[in-house]
Amino acid sequence: MNFEDTPEEARYRAQVRTWIADNAPDLEGLSTQERRNWHPRHKEVARRWQARKADAGYACISWPQDWGGAGGTAIQEAIFNQEEARAGVQFTYFMTGLNMLLPALLEHNRDALSLARVPPAVRGEEIWCQLFSEPASGSDSAGIRCTATRDGDDWVINGQKVWNSGAHVADYGMLVARTDPDLPKHKGMTVFWLDMKTPGLEVRPIRVMSGEAELNEVFLDEVRIPDAQRVGEVNGGWKVVISTLMNERAALGSGTGLSWRDVMQLAGSTPDGDGTVLQDPAFREWLADYYVRVEAVRLLSFRTLTSLSRGETPGPESSAGKLLWSNNTQEMTGHALDLQDHFGLLDGDEALAGGAFQHRFLWAPGLRLGGGTDEIMKNIIAERVLGLPGDIRVDKHVPFREIPHGR
Amino acid sequence: MNFDYSDEQKALKDQARRFLSDVCAPQVVRAVLEDPGRDHDAALWSRIGAQGWCGAAIPEAYGGFAFGYVELCGLAEELGRAVAPVPFASSIYQFAEALLQAGSEAQKLALLPDVASGALIGTLAFSEGPGIMSAQRLATQFSNGALNGVKIPVTDGCAAQRAVVLARNDTGTGLYLVDLEGPGVSRRSLSSIDPTRGAAELRFDNAPAEPLPGDDGLAQLARIHDRTAVLLAFEQLGGADRALEMARDYALERYAFGRQIGSYQAIKHKLADVFVKNEVARANAYYGAWALAGDAPELPLAAAAARVAASEAYWFAAKENIQAHGGIGFTWEADCHFYYRRAGHLGLAIGGRREWQRRLTDRLEASMASEQAAGARAA
Ligand SMILES: Cc1cc2nc3c(=O)[nH]c(=O)nc-3n(C[C@H](O)[C@H](O)[C@H](O)COP(=O)(O)OP(=O)(O)OC[C@H]3O[C@@H](n4cnc5c(N)ncnc54)[C@H](O)[C@@H]3O)c2cc1C
Repeated sequence: MNFEDTPEEARYRAQVRTWIADNAPDLEGLSTQERRNWHPRHKEVARRWQARKADAGYACISWPQDWGGAGGTAIQEAIFNQEEARAGVQFTYFMTGLNMLLPALLEHNRDALSLARVPPAVRGEEIWCQLFSEPASGSDSAGIRCTATRDGDDWVINGQKVWNSGAHVADYGMLVARTDPDLPKHKGMTVFWLDMKTPGLEVRPIRVMSGEAELNEVFLDEVRIPDAQRVGEVNGGWKVVISTLMNERAALGSGTGLSWRDVMQLAGSTPDGDGTVLQDPAFREWLADYYVRVEAVRLLSFRTLTSLSRGETPGPESSAGKLLWSNNTQEMTGHALDLQDHFGLLDGDEALAGGAFQHRFLWAPGLRLGGGTDEIMKNIIAERVLGLPGDIRVDKHVPFREIPHGR
Repeated sequence: MNFDYSDEQKALKDQARRFLSDVCAPQVVRAVLEDPGRDHDAALWSRIGAQGWCGAAIPEAYGGFAFGYVELCGLAEELGRAVAPVPFASSIYQFAEALLQAGSEAQKLALLPDVASGALIGTLAFSEGPGIMSAQRLATQFSNGALNGVKIPVTDGCAAQRAVVLARNDTGTGLYLVDLEGPGVSRRSLSSIDPTRGAAELRFDNAPAEPLPGDDGLAQLARIHDRTAVLLAFEQLGGADRALEMARDYALERYAFGRQIGSYQAIKHKLADVFVKNEVARANAYYGAWALAGDAPELPLAAAAARVAASEAYWFAAKENIQAHGGIGFTWEADCHFYYRRAGHLGLAIGGRREWQRRLTDRLEASMASEQAAGARAA
């Protein structure tokens, strides 16, 4: 057990810290609005940063050089990510593609067409989105109804996807479709990748409760794609889906956004009696509890690293990180508003910290849903980590068509 | 002992619920939410005024209808359930209560009849920036018949024509009546987490103001806020109950893994937890209503308890309602966020959780001290 870098890791950390300090993009020129995720100016900064990293060998550090990576180690990549987060220049636009979808694609496909998609994604020139969820299939990710039918060398896709983050700006998507409704649900699905400009595909933004429109509905009407864009086996899609979801939870748990330092600063600048809220014992007690939980999320990510460095796949325990992180965030925003008292309800220009806490307050409910809900994370912990028996399943061994469904 | 609304009170509540489901359907709330130019629904406000609700607890001598405070609590519960986008809380639980508790006879006679009819909207302006308001932080100053200073935020500060304002004076603190449409007042609307309730900044630059009788504005404000706290607790309870119903209904109709999501214990226990918190809020709110209606000495304690319980219940119900709805619950299009926003707003409107938890414990301490003193006398 040692949380300190080895001498070699420390050298690498010092090197990337200097490089980031010299090269990091400056967000100061952007307004509070422009600094929010998916704002075109924010996205442009992220794209340029990704390209600069790629040129210097800091994008996808652990990937082989053939794929546009740097041929480094998982530990080096993790160190770089930590330093990037520390400098406040970590962006989420490319994470779906680079952390989740492309590793799964490359695990199953090595054809020229698929490989050609990798270098532009590494450089931030192409953005990927995940087209898994459907109106009747969220937690139940094997409950999809969107169909893909074989037609000669092509597949023809029909159906609807929903909640797809960034689909409105994405260049490519990875989609799962039902290829045999007479098989049990997990056995009749196949994964494909496709160009978001393929005819018959339409993206409609969904406005979320915080007011932004960064989730989408995607409608597919007779969308034709070649068999070469199939990922993995026909009817073998569940395996691909699972490997992307495991990647997603490992990535989500690491978390970005407001830290305990930000809440502490807020408390330190909010008057309370003769002093500030930071002197209020009740706040101090809460902050201590909050800190151990958020710090655990950070430290647990080292465990993920340790298993990565041993060449192992991170296990279901990463679900604990995702569960903690999203709930910590929601609880923290509640406290951050409350410590300001009446004033905490303002979210415009006069709000403290530019309204960042209020914005996060309105976003927090989504964090507990996206990437697997609280309840699904708890089921995974109970069943896959603790070995408790699963729920009684009515949907596992019957043909998909016969499964009961509501709306 | 009677821990329930009477039959007449229930009939009034039922009638109010039917009325609001007609005139304050979710699309009415949404229309205000989506229009940055509006911070309440003026047409809805006048219909509510026409029902006589604004005067529910105002004595007949001041143009009210004197149904009583328990009746007003019942109406508050229904307004909360409907997340009504109207300045009812500011005008009735705050402004009218300020006049009733602290106003002079002449002030009551001059203003309350119009408040009772809904013709006049009032509010109470106390906050001055981040943090709990205290004597040290109060900067707004009254002297020579005029106010100077800035109040931020003020709920319904743009919709209101009059305000009762907390300010310091040469000897201490006081409450002052100001015509917001008169000279020396400038105001601007501010964006908040609940756009269906107005928030504003009020600036006073030698604004003519008339003192309410009394020489301790902060203590008077605390007494008014105790009364507001009980009434707001009913709004919060109504919203929390509605959020629970929405979650229950959705859990019955939504399927995952071939089963209704309500058949999973994760969802059942979640909703049961919401129910229990709502019951905690209800028990404390009813006790508060009793204390408010009878002006009981227990009011300060009961009010703080009602507020602490109701704020916790509404926040929990609103966030778990979204959670039970899955992705749909997180959309703008679904109504779940009305409750999340309103829960946040009401939980902060007359001071947040920290402030009321402190007050509650102070009052528990005082209550125990007086029990002990009584015990010692008896012995
Ligand atoms: C911000 C955000 C970003 C997202 N990004 C993407 C994306 O890029 N691509 C994509 O494909 N999808 C995405 N999603 C979709 C996300 O994966 C689903 O919303 C999520 O899996 C929940 O599914 P659902 O919305 O259908 O809710 P449901 O599955 O209907 O869940 C409703 C409620 O039932 C509970 N529940 C369901 N099953 C069980 C069970 N077995 N036991 C106990 N409780 C249960 C849930 O926890 C929830 O509380 C995103 C969602 C959000 C909110």
